[in-house]
Amino acid sequence: MVDGGWGGVVRAGLLTCVRGLVQAVLSQAACIPLFVVTVLSIAFIPIGVGVVLAPVAIGAMRGLANAQRVWAAEWSGVPIPVPYRPAQAGGGPFRRLWGLLRDPATWRDLLWTLLNAPVGLLLGLLPACLLAYGLEGILVAPWLGQITFYGWGPFWPLDAWGPIGIVAPMVLGAVLLVVSFPVGSRILKGHALFCQSLLSPARTALAERVRELAETRSETVDASAAELRRIERDLHDGAQARLVALSMSIGLAEELMKHDPEAAGKLLAEARADSGQALTELRGLVRGIHPPVLAERGLDGAVRALALSVPFPVDVRIDLPGRPDAPVESAAYFAVAEMLANTAKHSGAGRAWIQIEHGGGRLVLIVGDDGTGGADPAAGSGMRGIERRLAAFDGTMAVTSPPGGPTVVTMELPCALSSPRIWPSSGTG
Amino acid sequence: MRVVIAEDLALLRDGLIRLLEAFGFEVVEAVDNGPSLLRALTTHRPDVAVVDVRLPPTFTDEGLKAALEARKEIPGLPVLVLSQHVEQLYARELLSDSSGGIGYLLKDRVSEVGQFVDAVRRVAAGGTALDPDVVAQLLTRHAREEPLQALTPREREVLGLMAEGRSNAAIASALFVTEKAISKHTNSIFGKLGLPPSEDDNRRVLAVLAYLGT
Repeated sequence: MVDGGWGGVVRAGLLTCVRGLVQAVLSQAACIPLFVVTVLSIAFIPIGVGVVLAPVAIGAMRGLANAQRVWAAEWSGVPIPVPYRPAQAGGGPFRRLWGLLRDPATWRDLLWTLLNAPVGLLLGLLPACLLAYGLEGILVAPWLGQITFYGWGPFWPLDAWGPIGIVAPMVLGAVLLVVSFPVGSRILKGHALFCQSLLSPARTALAERVRELAETRSETVDASAAELRRIERDLHDGAQARLVALSMSIGLAEELMKHDPEAAGKLLAEARADSGQALTELRGLVRGIHPPVLAERGLDGAVRALALSVPFPVDVRIDLPGRPDAPVESAAYFAVAEMLANTAKHSGAGRAWIQIEHGGGRLVLIVGDDGTGGADPAAGSGMRGIERRLAAFDGTMAVTSPPGGPTVVTMELPCALSSPRIWPSSGTG
Repeated sequence: MRVVIAEDLALLRDGLIRLLEAFGFEVVEAVDNGPSLLRALTTHRPDVAVVDVRLPPTFTDEGLKAALEARKEIPGLPVLVLSQHVEQLYARELLSDSSGGIGYLLKDRVSEVGQFVDAVRRVAAGGTALDPDVVAQLLTRHAREEPLQALTPREREVLGLMAEGRSNAAIASALFVTEKAISKHTNSIFGKLGLPPSEDDNRRVLAVLAYLGT
């Protein structure tokens, strides 16, 4: 701040005053109206108008709060992280509004607009006032005090103090003027710290995140343990048992070969049929663990293959410049597969569509159908399972399915894409 | 008949060589990865190739890609693709150039030796051999549609075998009826589906598959 010698100090001091004045003006001209409008629009939600107004008001409030965050960092070096939760993708206006109202940061913003009205006014005006009072002490008070009834600082009236009434305001005013520069910037910083206390993420948000992570982790661990148990049981009762039967049949056929070749042949044919059955079961199991086509063609090809396996036409639009990580890819695939299976089972749809794209660090999957609607994510264990699986990656799922349709499921997974695909799309989808 | 085999598991590769040689095929080369397969196909120009979908180095669909690549260079090069799983997506890609000489079977089918060898010969002759699983998926996919519902159960059975690429004679022996009965069924099927009748087995298969949307 003292880079440019005294000139620099004066410039910085004046800048501080101007910034303080900006804060003071905004605390009245922006914070008060925003507080009133936001409170009213939230109050009007029950009569409908608020549904449209509240997101706009909250958006404007966030705009001001974000500007304040930038100023606090640039002017006073007080960093204020943006605390807002990511916006809900898809879903109707109600869902978006609900997302805004459930975000604690919205309410802390509102409290800030209320408290900043007096605090911002006071702290904003102080630097300029100190400066102005110092100048008054030097330039105005000594002379005016001689002419008329006038006071400055502790001296009331000035002419009662004789020569002291002339010298003291000038000395004290000069001191005040010099002091006002460092003090002004501290006051501005004080205001920034006040803003920080309300505008940064609440400590409870961190605690909430920890709780959420612990929850999704234990759900993921449970789900994968259950999955392993299921695979173990399927192998034990299925393929493994069949292979035992197979080797018994072959052993018996070996014995019979010498004296009853015909029976031996029959046994061998049975053994072959058994091996076919075991292979079919293993194939099903493998498909449930990690579909081979996913390994071979990635999400793009696997979803196209999936679309070909359902008994109704599916429009597939995929725009992925690269491949997500394998676990994300797998979660995304099974999510789409589950939604498509639901469509086939319940909706009576004539057609469906799948849209997959990547933007803003998120993989967005949309599965829709023209069926009868009425899908309830809370009712089906399948959908609930997918929601859990996505939650492990901080993914979200939004379902709109009014009675009569159409049903649209939007899923989002935060992820990065790896290097661009090596093989060009076959274009046969 | 000269064959090229591509299979990365030594056990299966040796089994395939032994099996095909037992039926009078001449295995000119057996390779275990995608790039060697492409080279073998373009240099030997075999009468037929038996190819595993998943091969090194990527262990994805290297074999399929190499086969498609080779067929671009040598149109109609007969290729029988084997896999642990069948996908309609791959069937589409294989059949997309509609020049015939394509087989796509589950690996398990090799155990039905007679039928497998028959499929290899059929593909080598420019015909088609499509796995019953793929055909079943195709038929269920269209099961709801009007023309397919008009077929009798027997006709649907015949349609399925036809889509696998079998000739009338083969269908007749599989269903234990006369060839004449089968040709009556096929005429009726073509009439109901609105397809031009054809006596040429291969063109007939392609018409059926095109109808089913592969």
